[in-house]
Amino acid sequence: MRRSLDTLVQLAGPVLLVVLVGLVSTTASPANQVYFLNALVAVAVVVSIYVFVGNSGVLSFGQISFVAVGAFAAGVMTVPLESKKGVLTTLFPVLRDHTIGNVPSLLLGAALGGLFAFLVGLPLMRLNGLAAGIATFAVLEITHNVLQQWTKIGPGATTLSLVPESTGPLQATLGALVVIAVAFAYQRSRLGRQLRATREDAAAAAGVGVRVHLQRLWAFTLSGALGGFAGGLLVHQLGSITTEQVYLELTFLTLAMLVIGGLTSLWGAVVGALAVSGLDSFLSQAENGVHVVGHRFDLPSGTRLVILATLMAIVLILRPSGLTGGRELALPRRRRS
Amino acid sequence: MILAVLNFQTFSDAVGLGALYALMAVGIGLVFGVLRLVNFAYGQLIMAGAYTLAFTSTWPLLWSIVACFAVVVALSLLMDTVVFRPLRGQSPAVMLVTTFAIAFLLQAVALIVDLRDGTLGEVAPSLSYLNEPVTIFGAEVRKITLVSIAVAAVALLLLALLLTRTTIGLHTRAAAADFRTARLLGVRANRVIAFSVFLSGLLAAAVAVLMTVQLPLVSPDFALRDTIVVLVGVVVGGIDRLWSATLGGFAIGFVSGLINGLLPTDKTVYLPSAVFALVILVLLLRPAGLFVWGRRAAVERV
Repeated sequence: MRRSLDTLVQLAGPVLLVVLVGLVSTTASPANQVYFLNALVAVAVVVSIYVFVGNSGVLSFGQISFVAVGAFAAGVMTVPLESKKGVLTTLFPVLRDHTIGNVPSLLLGAALGGLFAFLVGLPLMRLNGLAAGIATFAVLEITHNVLQQWTKIGPGATTLSLVPESTGPLQATLGALVVIAVAFAYQRSRLGRQLRATREDAAAAAGVGVRVHLQRLWAFTLSGALGGFAGGLLVHQLGSITTEQVYLELTFLTLAMLVIGGLTSLWGAVVGALAVSGLDSFLSQAENGVHVVGHRFDLPSGTRLVILATLMAIVLILRPSGLTGGRELALPRRRRS
Repeated sequence: MILAVLNFQTFSDAVGLGALYALMAVGIGLVFGVLRLVNFAYGQLIMAGAYTLAFTSTWPLLWSIVACFAVVVALSLLMDTVVFRPLRGQSPAVMLVTTFAIAFLLQAVALIVDLRDGTLGEVAPSLSYLNEPVTIFGAEVRKITLVSIAVAAVALLLLALLLTRTTIGLHTRAAAADFRTARLLGVRANRVIAFSVFLSGLLAAAVAVLMTVQLPLVSPDFALRDTIVVLVGVVVGGIDRLWSATLGGFAIGFVSGLINGLLPTDKTVYLPSAVFALVILVLLLRPAGLFVWGRRAAVERV
């Protein structure tokens, strides 16, 4: 009884938080709504990274590659046909002459992200530590380079625009919930538990029969699929995107969100994403002057980044295991006497 | 065909870039050795030095360089006290992400300082006369290339002497090999760490002086890309040992210099992909590092 209640709380915490943000976003003015949508899409991206990095303990700088692939696949395939023939003339004919709907485009992003991650993961999952970090970073560089240069599969170095902006409050909330539900189901599954065992002690886990590389590969593939899906949400939120927007800055920012929230728990990933993007939104408002409980704050321009980076550093120094301590949400327990 | 265009100037420029990256690799490798911390904010130390040179460009040259060293070393030691010390013993991911945050912070501060005059970017022109060519064996070589190589050679030699011939150097090497055992045997942790951070600051300042000669326009992302490339080189070379890390830094600088000099720009669009594919291949074949041989290379570090 107690155990199933714990499980319920672990899932309900992130879900309720996301639903709450989604509900508040519907009451916000259109100008402010974008901040809430940003936060919800950030949740999807950060949780997708968490599925691999958090469960395996292997650092990866390459997860945004899958977000990029998903974003450009979903974006290119949903630009309306009549405008596509005018602006994306260099595409392969099969891509140029077809357009798919909103939900199929998200699924396409997930499928391509997962496939790409699987192919990349096959050789790369043998690596550990810094070598894994640098190799996955190399994947990010290659993805960025190819997306930027190969104009047969996308817009190249120019902006991909005219993508339908279908990620409103409903789609952002539902999308984030889907990613959270899949991540939760995975981490409680047999596969997820085996991978978490390798995180704590790879040698011991291998000793009791866990196939470390294989388990990492499954998580990497799932993480890639969720990343591709989140990329689809992102491109449908922005309406236009360049390769620079799914590159280094997003990689660092989302990793920082994950570590600040707490690397080893789903709750940490959700809290970190919401806390950092919430703070970022508040500070960018404050640069234009904002009223909080009757006081007017006016930040000089440029201080937003200084404050954000300082707070990030302070959290990491004072609470290295993150805001949540890397634990799932739990009800306060009565002490057994 | 490649040999036909390989001239002495391209070669010497590549060696010059390799020398510069080798210095950065030593700076990153020294701190990694004692702290097990990959300092992503190393490039921002160089950036701070470059801004110091730009802001003091009206001073006499020597004082300007002294100011650059003072600022960079002070910032480096401050970073150690305020950031690295509380993080000791934390997981590599936390330490690395914290240095991201510090790098962001320093860049954001630099942006505010830079924008006081309303335009982005400052110029550090003091040493630009070093871009003039000199003729050696009938080939034209820029002076800065020779200076870079000389500075790197002298700095590495001094460092080697310092690490092998002095007590503090011995302590530092002992700490890099096994920190806990070294402490048990009486090595003072704070001293060797401060020593390494100090040296890595000196190297960053030297790199700042050399780099502003070729890139006199200083902006907040100065040396950011170079730091990323050097980090890749250091890990590919083998970050566990200082000399393999240094060789890795030199190699990646040398190779990028050669490629940039040899290929016309319209042929290099997919070059980053080729280079990073090579990086992945090397990491898969030699995860401990390209230049690490012997027993340590055979042990897979879990």
